[in-house]
Amino acid sequence: MTLLAVERIKLFSTRSPYWCSALAIVLGVGLTAIIAAASEEQVSLGLTQIGSAQLAIAVVLVMAAIAVTTEYRFGTIRSTFLAVPNRTSALVAKTVVVAFIAGVLGEIIAFGSVGIAKLLSSNSDLSINTAAEWRHVAGVGIVYAIGAIIAVAVGILVRQTAGAVSILLVWQMAAEGLIGFIPKVGIKIQAWLPFTNATHFLTMGADSPEQGGAGIDFKLSQWGSLAYFAGIAIAMLVVALVVAKRRDA
Amino acid sequence: MIEAVRLQKHYGRTKAVDDLSFTVQPGRVTGFLGPNGAGKSTTMRMILGLDTPTGGDVRIDGKHYAQLKQPLRKVGALLDAKWVHPNRSARSHLKWLAVSNKIPVSRVNEVLEVVGLTEVAHKNAGGFSLGMAQRLGIAGALLGDPEVLLFDEPVNGLDPEGILWIRQFMHRLASEGRTVFVSSHLLSEMAQTAQDLIVIGKGQLIAQTSTEQFIADATQDTVRVRSPHAAKLREILAAHATVTDDSVSGSLVVHGIPAQQIGELAAENQIVLHELSPQRGSLEEAFMQLTKESVEYHAH
Repeated sequence: MTLLAVERIKLFSTRSPYWCSALAIVLGVGLTAIIAAASEEQVSLGLTQIGSAQLAIAVVLVMAAIAVTTEYRFGTIRSTFLAVPNRTSALVAKTVVVAFIAGVLGEIIAFGSVGIAKLLSSNSDLSINTAAEWRHVAGVGIVYAIGAIIAVAVGILVRQTAGAVSILLVWQMAAEGLIGFIPKVGIKIQAWLPFTNATHFLTMGADSPEQGGAGIDFKLSQWGSLAYFAGIAIAMLVVALVVAKRRDA
Repeated sequence: MIEAVRLQKHYGRTKAVDDLSFTVQPGRVTGFLGPNGAGKSTTMRMILGLDTPTGGDVRIDGKHYAQLKQPLRKVGALLDAKWVHPNRSARSHLKWLAVSNKIPVSRVNEVLEVVGLTEVAHKNAGGFSLGMAQRLGIAGALLGDPEVLLFDEPVNGLDPEGILWIRQFMHRLASEGRTVFVSSHLLSEMAQTAQDLIVIGKGQLIAQTSTEQFIADATQDTVRVRSPHAAKLREILAAHATVTDDSVSGSLVVHGIPAQQIGELAAENQIVLHELSPQRGSLEEAFMQLTKESVEYHAH
């Protein structure tokens, strides 16, 4: 608990998490607001989560990676390891705090998006009733939290902001989608890519074609995809922790 | 007590620290002296568990740093004053350090007071001058009221006022009975701060001795002699010592025998002396003499 408090103080005593959070909310909820305001027809629940699941998540990943890379950039990681020589505990505490914040942000953005769409497009049916609908909206926070774990792991491994951010953005926003263009094998590979599986977890099914992951032959159930995504994140974190423990600080 | 036994750190083929053994005695200021690149910082990082030794071992009171519970209460260290987030206030920086070792947060204000940063405690550390950053680093080192303190080049880049402050501060810490281990590449600085010296060059131990002894051994005594019968005196002295002419003042500079003996020789030979003054060789010269073999990069 002590280490969680330490990481919380560290994170909230600088400005970047506030800016990143604000930016993520503005982008995520903002995109939904524009869509809702501009559409003359009804807005579907699936449409409200485009901003959260495909845009704001990038900002949250960046925030999570920066939480680690700035520690390396400014040498505070060494101060941290001097105060807490058990590097694994110190870094796990940081991961937990960052993932928790990412999760909360995800819920705020997801439900905020539904809320603003209701406000701006009052004739749309945006009530959340079925299990699939709940998963689609409330699941965003879970995906953010797990994504943050991946971002922290990349941050620990790469140790510098530009590198970590580039890797995460190219990976999450472009690479996994582009692999689908490889003839024949592309969609088979995609079925096993982490962020694609995260998207699969969020999808409500065939009735929401605007969502990503369409056309991919997933081998896992939706919850299976989530477990797979989480498994990859934990594996990456373990590798990062082992490396951080062995490496000279 | 800090004890290093056959400590080694290799980076590829470079031996940054090579078979280094020493002990730092409690309750004293021990200077860690060596030219730039001698391996001082690397050694300090190994003491603090930041870098893993390639070989050998270093312990603080018999324990590895990583084995210390709440290490800030045992060891305070200032390796680099810049290890602070520039957008975090001085107080927040100290607060998270305090919380991490279950040190009462009230202690933060105490150490800020000690180093004289109370008024700027709410300001971001990024805007601090080097002297202020150094003070903040020292505040962090003092937070846990530790018995062992490590400082890496604490006066580097400071103005005279800052240097004086740090120097007095070290004395104060030692007079409180703490173990202070402080590195520097300046012997003159160490001569005024440290009681014991550990001298290294190219990662190897050159000397471990008291500062007084080191200076006495290192600075060869020279004596300046002026006489109206310089030529005759020169002849006599040349049999016992090395004599060189100082063409500027017209006096003789004698190496190898004490002033007392020169006086006696002059009296025996009825030579009038106008000056007979022992000279201390400069500390910097002595240090360079000792470490010239182990300086990594020479200017030509």
